[in-house]
Amino acid sequence: MKLHEYQAKQIFSQYGIAIPRGRVASTASEAKSVAQELGGRVVVKSQVLVGGRGKAGGIRLANTPSEAEEVATQILAMQVKGLPVRKVLVDEAATIVEEIYLGVTNDRGARSPVMIASSEGGIEIEEVARIMPERLFRITIEPLLGLREYQARYLAASIELRRELWREFVGIAQGLYTAYTESDATLAEINPLVITGDGRLIALDAKMVVDDNALFRHAELAEMRDFDEEAPPEREARKYGLSYVKLDGDIGCMVNGAGLAMATMDVIKLFGGEPANFLDIGGGAGADKVAAALGIILSDSNVQAVLFNIFGGITRCDEVARGILMALKEVSTDVPMVVRLTGTNEAEGQRILAEADMLTAGSLSEAAQTAVSLANERHSV
Amino acid sequence: MSILVDKKTRLLVQGITGREGFFHATQMMEYGTQIVAGVTPGKGGEWVLDGKIPVFDTVVGAAETTGANCSVIFVPARFAADAILEAADGGIPLIVCITEGVPVQDMMQARSYITQHGSRLIGPNCPGVLTPGASKVGIIPGNIAIPGSIGVVSRSGTLTYEVLYALQRKELGVSTCVGIGGDPINGTSFLDVLAMFEDDPHTDQVVLIGEIGGTDEERAAEFIADHMTKPVAAFVAGMTAPADKRMGHAGAIVEGGSGLAADKIAALKSAGVRVAEHPDLIPEVVA
Repeated sequence: MKLHEYQAKQIFSQYGIAIPRGRVASTASEAKSVAQELGGRVVVKSQVLVGGRGKAGGIRLANTPSEAEEVATQILAMQVKGLPVRKVLVDEAATIVEEIYLGVTNDRGARSPVMIASSEGGIEIEEVARIMPERLFRITIEPLLGLREYQARYLAASIELRRELWREFVGIAQGLYTAYTESDATLAEINPLVITGDGRLIALDAKMVVDDNALFRHAELAEMRDFDEEAPPEREARKYGLSYVKLDGDIGCMVNGAGLAMATMDVIKLFGGEPANFLDIGGGAGADKVAAALGIILSDSNVQAVLFNIFGGITRCDEVARGILMALKEVSTDVPMVVRLTGTNEAEGQRILAEADMLTAGSLSEAAQTAVSLANERHSV
Repeated sequence: MSILVDKKTRLLVQGITGREGFFHATQMMEYGTQIVAGVTPGKGGEWVLDGKIPVFDTVVGAAETTGANCSVIFVPARFAADAILEAADGGIPLIVCITEGVPVQDMMQARSYITQHGSRLIGPNCPGVLTPGASKVGIIPGNIAIPGSIGVVSRSGTLTYEVLYALQRKELGVSTCVGIGGDPINGTSFLDVLAMFEDDPHTDQVVLIGEIGGTDEERAAEFIADHMTKPVAAFVAGMTAPADKRMGHAGAIVEGGSGLAADKIAALKSAGVRVAEHPDLIPEVVA
C-alpha cells in the first residue's frame, strides 16, 4: 500500500526527521488559509500516488496566499497520469542549497534491507542508477542488527556530505530505518533531502510503501489507505480475497493461482488475443467467490469473451464446475465463455459442464484459441 | 533418486490441528510420507490422524522424541515467522513453509536467523516439495507426477501442477519437484536448487518455471552457463504483465524496469536453456 507524501512526512517526522511546516488541504480556500498561517512563499503539491508530479505541473510555487489559492484551484482540477487530484499539500518553501537522496528498501537478492544514498537528489533514483551509477552508494543492513552508525557515516562520507552535517545525517538515516522497520515498509524514501540556506537537513519529499501482508499489525496505517486511489473493481476484488488487475484487452480470464493466471494471459496473447485482466481466485472456488469474480470481470465493458482456466489440484474440478454454473445463475450476461478444467475429479467436472451446454476446452492452448475466436466473432457482429 | 526429501524423511507438521494442516497431513500420509509428529501449542498430548500421530506443544519436544528431520508449516501468516524460527531453533535441518502472506520484514529476519543456524528453508508461499513415489511434503497433488529423472523447480503453485501434469501425460517422470515460492524474500533460490539437481545422480535434466519480479531467473541463467552440465528447459510467466502492478504473488511485480519476463527469457536463452512459449510445450523442449 502506497502512502501519500503528506502521510509519509507525518510518519518520518515522528522519527525525528525534519520536514517543512505545512498541511494538507482538500479545497483551494483551505489551501489559502494554510498559506496564510505559514506566511511567506509556499509550495502547493498535488497528492496522488504516482511519480512525475512535478513534470505534470502538479507541484507549483506561490508567493502569496491568494496565489496559493489560485494554484491550488488549478492543481485540484487536474489529473496526474490519469489520477484526479483530490488533495494538495501546502508546505513552506525552503531555500535549497543542495539536494541529496536517501532511501531504504528490501534487497531481494541480498534478502536484507538496503540503504541507498546519492549526492544527486531531486531526480528519480532509477535515473541516477542509469546515467551516473558511480554517484549511488548502497549498504546492506543485517536485519537482526539494524542500521549501524558506521554504515550511515559511510554513506555520509561517500556522498561527500560536509562533515558538520554528518551527525544530523546519521540521525536522519537511523530515523528513516526505524520508520521503515516499525511501519513494515517495503520502501521509505526521502527525495530530495535538502541542505537549506541556514545549513539544516530537511525532507522535502517523502515516499513510503507499506507491506500489505503486515497491515494486520498496523491498524493506524491501514486506516491511511486512500480508497479513492483504487479502482472500484480492484477494491471489490480485495473484499472477496481475489487478486485482480485490469488490463486493456477484451478477453476476461479467471484462473486459480497467480503463476497460472499470468501464464494464461501470456497464452491468450500468443494466440493473437489481448487479456482484459489478471484474476486469481486463489484456492477453493465456491459459487459465491466465482460469482463475485465473474461480476468483476464483466464490469469491464471491453470484455467480449471469458476464459476459465482451473487446475484442480487440491481444488476439485466438480466443485468448480458447480460454482461456475451457480455463478451464471446470479450473473446474467451474453458474453461467451469457455472453460478449461483439468486435474482432480476432471471427468465429473466435465460432465456437469456438458449437461449445462458450457463450452469446454481440453488444454490451455485450445481454450485460449477458442476465447480469441469468440471475442473476434463478437467484434465482427 | 531425489533431492531434499525421500523415504527417509521424518516429517513434523507445524499447525497439524488446523484446517489446512490437518487436511494436508492426511493427504501426505495417504501418499506415503513418513509423518512422525505434529506441533500445535496448547494441544500437546493429543493424537491425530486415526490416533497414529502424536501432537506436541513445541518443536523441540517433538524433534527430541520422534527424531523429526523435516518440518512443514501450515500456521497462519502472522505466526509463520515464529514457527520458522522455532523449527530452526529446534534443530530441524529442512523447513518447508507453505503459508502465504508472511510479512517481508519477518522473512528477512527469519531468513538471517535460520541461515546462521544451518537450517534450510523452502518457501514461504510455496506448494512444497514432492519426490514422486517416495515423499510429499506440502500440497502438490500426488497424482500428477510419476517417478523419473527430470528435476522441476518453480516459483509458482498451480502453474507447476500444469507442467507436472503435462510431463506425466507424456510419461515423463520427475526426480523431485521443488516449489520455492512466490514471495520476494524466500529461503531457497533457483540457484540453490539447480546446484542440488546438478549434484543429484538421479536427475538428468531440469525444468525451471519462473515468473516476473526480481532477478532470480537471471542469476539462475548465470549459474546454468557457468556450472551446469545437465540440460535445462524453462517457462517464464508474465510476458503480458504490466509494470508496477503486483500480479497476485507478492514477488511478482515489475519495478523500475527490472523483473521483466522478456529479460529473464533472454538471459536463460543465452545460457543455452530451451525456453517454451507456453506451459503445454514444456514436454516438447525437455531433452
